[in-house]
Amino acid sequence: MIAAHLPALQVVVPLVAAPLCLLLRRGGLAWALALAASWAAFAIAALLLQQVLSTGPISYQLGGWAPPWGIEYRIDVVNGFVLLIVAAIGAVVLPYARVSVAHELPEDQQATFYTALMLCLTGLLGVTITGDAFNLFVFLEISSLSSYVLIALGRDRRALTAAFQYLVMGTIGATFIVIGVGLLYMVTGTLNMLDLAERLPPMAESRTVLAAFAFLTVGTGLKLALFPLHFWLPNAYAYAPSVVTAFLAATATKVSIYMLLRFFFTVFGTADSLDLATLENLLIPLGVAAILVCSTVAIFQTDVKRMLAYSSVAQVGYMVLGIGFASTAGLTAAIVHLFNHAMTKGGLFLALGCMALRLGSVQIESLAGLGRRMPLTMFAFVLGGFSLIGVPLTAGFISKWVLVQAALERGNWLVVAVILVGSLLAAVYVWRVIEVAYFRPGARDDAGEGIAEAPLSMLIPTWILIGASIYFGIHTSLTLGVAERAARFLLGGGA
Amino acid sequence: MSPEAAILLSLGIPLAGAALIALAGRRPNLREGVTLATAGLLFLTVITLLPGVMDGARPEATLIEMLPGLPLRFEVEPLGMMFALVASGLWIVNSIYSIGYMRANKEAHQTRFYVCFAIALASTMGIAFAGNMLTLFVFYEALTLSTYPLVIHKGDAAAKQGGRTYLGILLFTSIGLQLLAIIWTWQVAGTLDFTAGGILAGKASDLVVGVLLLLYIYGIGKAALMPFHRWLPAAMVAPTPVSALLHAVAVVKAGVFTVMKVVVYIFGIDLLAASGQNLWLMYLAAASIVIASLVALTKDNLKARLAYSTVSQLGYVVLGAALATSAGVIGGSMQIAMHAMGKITLFFCAGAIYTATRKTEVSQMAGLGRVMPFTFGAFLIGALSIIGLPPLGGSWSKWHLMLGAADADQLVLIAVLMISSLLNVAYLIPIVARGFFLPAAPADEPRPVSARAGAGAGAAAAPKGGLSGIREAPWFCVVPLCLTALGCLALFFFADPLYRLLEPIAPP
Repeated sequence: MIAAHLPALQVVVPLVAAPLCLLLRRGGLAWALALAASWAAFAIAALLLQQVLSTGPISYQLGGWAPPWGIEYRIDVVNGFVLLIVAAIGAVVLPYARVSVAHELPEDQQATFYTALMLCLTGLLGVTITGDAFNLFVFLEISSLSSYVLIALGRDRRALTAAFQYLVMGTIGATFIVIGVGLLYMVTGTLNMLDLAERLPPMAESRTVLAAFAFLTVGTGLKLALFPLHFWLPNAYAYAPSVVTAFLAATATKVSIYMLLRFFFTVFGTADSLDLATLENLLIPLGVAAILVCSTVAIFQTDVKRMLAYSSVAQVGYMVLGIGFASTAGLTAAIVHLFNHAMTKGGLFLALGCMALRLGSVQIESLAGLGRRMPLTMFAFVLGGFSLIGVPLTAGFISKWVLVQAALERGNWLVVAVILVGSLLAAVYVWRVIEVAYFRPGARDDAGEGIAEAPLSMLIPTWILIGASIYFGIHTSLTLGVAERAARFLLGGGA
Repeated sequence: MSPEAAILLSLGIPLAGAALIALAGRRPNLREGVTLATAGLLFLTVITLLPGVMDGARPEATLIEMLPGLPLRFEVEPLGMMFALVASGLWIVNSIYSIGYMRANKEAHQTRFYVCFAIALASTMGIAFAGNMLTLFVFYEALTLSTYPLVIHKGDAAAKQGGRTYLGILLFTSIGLQLLAIIWTWQVAGTLDFTAGGILAGKASDLVVGVLLLLYIYGIGKAALMPFHRWLPAAMVAPTPVSALLHAVAVVKAGVFTVMKVVVYIFGIDLLAASGQNLWLMYLAAASIVIASLVALTKDNLKARLAYSTVSQLGYVVLGAALATSAGVIGGSMQIAMHAMGKITLFFCAGAIYTATRKTEVSQMAGLGRVMPFTFGAFLIGALSIIGLPPLGGSWSKWHLMLGAADADQLVLIAVLMISSLLNVAYLIPIVARGFFLPAAPADEPRPVSARAGAGAGAAAAPKGGLSGIREAPWFCVVPLCLTALGCLALFFFADPLYRLLEPIAPP
């Protein structure tokens, strides 16, 4: 009985947990509830994906209302996989949050924090699970508004301006999306994505549809920090609390990438006149620019958190490249990198959070000698860095392997070169940190006090994500297999 | 022990050794004991594979499927067998030498040093036994990363700079060029397995073969073919046992070994010879041989001179591969073993001289031979082997290379090989001659630094020319270098088994 309602529970569980967190008022209790909710969400996501993989797409009618009128939740391989990523990151980050949040936020804000975090999780899961274009916008706003709150909770006063900047850009993005959805509703009379996909082809020539396409592309581009619409991201990531940065970096942009995939390939995928080859002309140059420009900018950052934030924009570039190829290999690369990067970057930001807990700052200078004083944390960072570079036996290598193959298939040598140069730029910015941490003696080395390893409640989640980014660099049948199925599914006519 | 288990153990033993070394970090004697035991055990394990491979067996082991159709797979063939034997055998002497050198010079971070050394050896075994190009690449990168901490061991500004050059060039070439070549090969051939006769025949046009060859040759930066050789002299900032590891045991050998593997098992020498794309490679290799030798002539720093000598000698292996004839390939492969034995001797000597006298420049070494006869004697033997004179191992590889060049009708290359030998004489022999025959300059007041030298100052033999107080380096340093010098000699007389081992890779 319950099993039939898993799709609804996926969203409802964290949604209900959110106000309860606020009512509990005490940070510790709110945390325990949020932890339970996030683990439940993870279990549900795992069950759903398993169900989809064995029996095909699930359609769930919310409240029993049939699709054209009611809201349909539709889970296929693509969003089943993304749901799992988001829920998994939530489940890993929450145990970590206890100590980190207690350290970075005053007691009276902690319950609010968990409320916002649960709302954000709800929103992200909702965007992913829904099959209704307007419902998607609603969930997007839930996740966005709560993430503004989460970022603004950062200790640094600059977090406020960062949150405001994000609020402005995010709202513009959301507005564009709602305009796009509105235009589509105007010409087709439906909001259900599958119906949209059916009704769009005959009217694909109309300017309204083209305008809707443009609005949706730009709006989603803003949310996923597509170069050059990424300016909100580095500040937001740099000044948010550590937990928030890790959570958002691993989930929010990934869900936006998913939105892009959904709009392009499911909603517009059947419309022939929106020739997907034109995507190549739009997305590939932007992806290339993102990789080259943002990787280079990352090299010159002195704040490691900010450095990784720029690296995130560059990594989004890789996914956008894969989408731009619009081939099975390209989409496989994009989707597998979506997963691999979530693990890697999540793990890296968690490792940074451990350092922030002990050092109070993650300026590159303050990391001197850390290889000796926080060996486990620092080694996790090194392995995560290897994955960013794409060293073999890490998840990043797999992503690059598939993506280069997709580019070779298209004979696009420029992109091949850019991907490889991007790896080398990553090596440069990762190595700056490694060199300081391992080969520069720390100022307080002799004192030998004050700086100890982070507590286990933070180390274990960090290592789970870093371990995953190694594991999925060696055993790829799960990630690559699902990603390839998802890619075929998206290109197979959208249904 | 089944061959499959032996393959996996030869990766597992050094890794387990690394873990044990880390655990024994606080007790130096135990730690070094573990290193030696690991090295010995590894060598014995590798040896168990030899009889089978000699008889034509090709034992294999598969770990896991990393990418669809591309497993991490190992397969022992003659070339890899030889490389594994050389690397694991030399690791033993190198470890003994390391103990003497690191303790006499009171180096810091010794635990890190031994751990990284063991990991580097595990990576080397992975390279030697790799059954496909992906596996080889995985361990190739692991070797780069595990040797980086060794290169910048000293941790000062010069070491960091050297380390950056080291890592920068090796990562740039491997990710930027080699990985591209590998993925391209996969795209074209649909397989990356090392197959006798190559996997590209009939699948790639001559142009593609040429471009791929270019990407591989320069992508394998560890082979140090000019102009991507800069990392090798830059890595000279490392302690001498590391230089020996880089030059003789693992790193550059892994490079030229990979070149050989790619030419023999990816391209196939018949395809290469038929495509005509090997011509330019021959001349690139020849240029690298001659130019690096000329540069070596200008270097006064002993280790820098040896480094350029290595660049030049590696060119021989690439040349052998480029000749794409049976004798060329076998000569090039033999050169891997012969050069390893000769060059490790020379580096051990350079380190022993530094340990005993703190001298690093060739011009300071006048008269040292008379107080350090073992070291300079061994240096002479190593140098003669590098030059290629009988009765030393190095003569065989040159012999086969010359035969190969004759088979390929490349008379110019025979001339190049001869000129190169003359150049080797010109930059190696003066060092020995200076040590034995020139009197030490009186103004040159060497300060005995090593503890032993200080203790025995009064009793030291050579009173002339301000050499008082200098004597041989600790026995832990001197014995290994004598052993490897004898090894150069032994390789001359026992080259036949080596030839029979290698013959199947390129039957005449």
